[in-house]
Amino acid sequence: MTATQFDIGSPALNFVIGHAMPDPYATDRLLPEGRSPSLADHLARLGAMPRATSAQLAQLLEAAGLLGRGGAGFPTGRKVAAVAAAVAARRLPGVVVANCCEGDPTSLKDRVLVERSPHLVIDGALHAAEALGADRVVLAVHDDSPARFTLVAALLERPQTSCEVTVVEVPDRYIASEATALVRYLNSGDARPAGRLVPIWETGVGGRPTLVANAETLAQLALIARFGPAWFGAIGTPAEPGTCLVTVGGAVRRPGVVEVAHGTPLASVLGRAGAPSTGWALLGGLAGRWVDLSATAGVGFSTAELAAAGGSRGVGSIVVLPPGGCVLGETARILRYHADAGARQCGPCMFGLPAIAADMTALGSGDRGALDRLRRRLPVINGRGGCGHPDGAVALAASALAVVTTREGGHLHQHLTGGRCQAPPFVVPLDVAPAPRAATPRRPAGSAFIDSRGRRS
Amino acid sequence: MITRSRTEVTLRVDPIACRAHGLCAEELSEAITLDEWGYPILPSGPLPPELVRRARAAAAACPVLALRLEQRRR
Repeated sequence: MTATQFDIGSPALNFVIGHAMPDPYATDRLLPEGRSPSLADHLARLGAMPRATSAQLAQLLEAAGLLGRGGAGFPTGRKVAAVAAAVAARRLPGVVVANCCEGDPTSLKDRVLVERSPHLVIDGALHAAEALGADRVVLAVHDDSPARFTLVAALLERPQTSCEVTVVEVPDRYIASEATALVRYLNSGDARPAGRLVPIWETGVGGRPTLVANAETLAQLALIARFGPAWFGAIGTPAEPGTCLVTVGGAVRRPGVVEVAHGTPLASVLGRAGAPSTGWALLGGLAGRWVDLSATAGVGFSTAELAAAGGSRGVGSIVVLPPGGCVLGETARILRYHADAGARQCGPCMFGLPAIAADMTALGSGDRGALDRLRRRLPVINGRGGCGHPDGAVALAASALAVVTTREGGHLHQHLTGGRCQAPPFVVPLDVAPAPRAATPRRPAGSAFIDSRGRRS
Repeated sequence: MITRSRTEVTLRVDPIACRAHGLCAEELSEAITLDEWGYPILPSGPLPPELVRRARAAAAACPVLALRLEQRRR
């Protein structure tokens, strides 16, 4: 069922009553102008949330074609239906976890969304909880993230609900906000992925059926629940209606987060950030793909279109390399990050990722044998981890290999013949942006502190 | 007359539990190989029926019980 086929006369569509709908053609649905609104402003703009059963909610989300915005792109309607089925079968109340952690350092969208529209994210989480008969909602944020204050302040404005709503701080690590790691952390304090053998939609937080959804996914859910799939799909593509948040960074004039309709050409998305559509860009985050922007300027920003063009939607980030930027060098350092970020639980991650990171580094230092090692190792590592972390690293490495052995063959030749790589400094961010507060450098006892200019103190 | 529904048996490993002891590949070398770090590489599809008995032995041989047999009725 597509959005255009949705039956306007359906009794589930009680959202059209009682409040004027916002302009369906505007693209500032998630990020309206100005600071974070109070609950009163928020309700004045969007109206109150309707009520829905889990079947109604799943049907609405399916009709709206909503795909998860945390990176994997799983259809949200199917996820809700799976949790609802487990709730019904096990006769247990469900749990809803709003994942506001945003572990990928190339992405800022969820931080911006929570800062600007905290009530919309909370609306989505509470609506899903009500539909699923959940009595517990967890808003998960990174340790020390400013989002925790924003969310707590927003919660304090809201009336009491029958649901227990808590803001939980999660260790500030790449892998800690993977869905099974979040559930495991909430259950035991151990923020490592728990593997795929016990599905969290059946046995999650406290052993109960659990919906873990990304912050942007829940915000979109809150709009779909209010205004329906037809409103939602007034812009976007038939396959992927609505808007999305995109983080544009790297060698661009105005890095930041923009909200665009799905299907907006890459060149226009980049134009919003003052970026040219030439050169190489990493699409989809640290588990993403490299694309040549001059060949993909007309490609629409949506999951299917990006994938068809050899890119990846992933977490919705674009990092643009400066002219002459080195895909090989950037990939080697991202792979080392992946190797370090692993939870050290399973073989493919513990041994495979350091091996391919070393291979990619060796390739950059002129080791021709590294090319064969990578071609042999990548398919062996793929799909064999406890979570998707190794697969993401493999996909990135494979994409980089495809680039450097074909389009950038001349540059690879330079690396292999001992020539110096003249590329400008690396731009892919590998650290989560720190919380905005002064940090005092910690000095080991008896040592001198040397600042970035080499001064001793 | 009794008709038995055919079942498919697939091997699955819990990669987090697996400690690369490698006993599974010794017990069932026709189907399981080890990667360069000693972790098992399993066949993606269902096992041939004649291997199922030994696959059970391989699963039982795993010191951390990381290897499982999944049965699916077709």
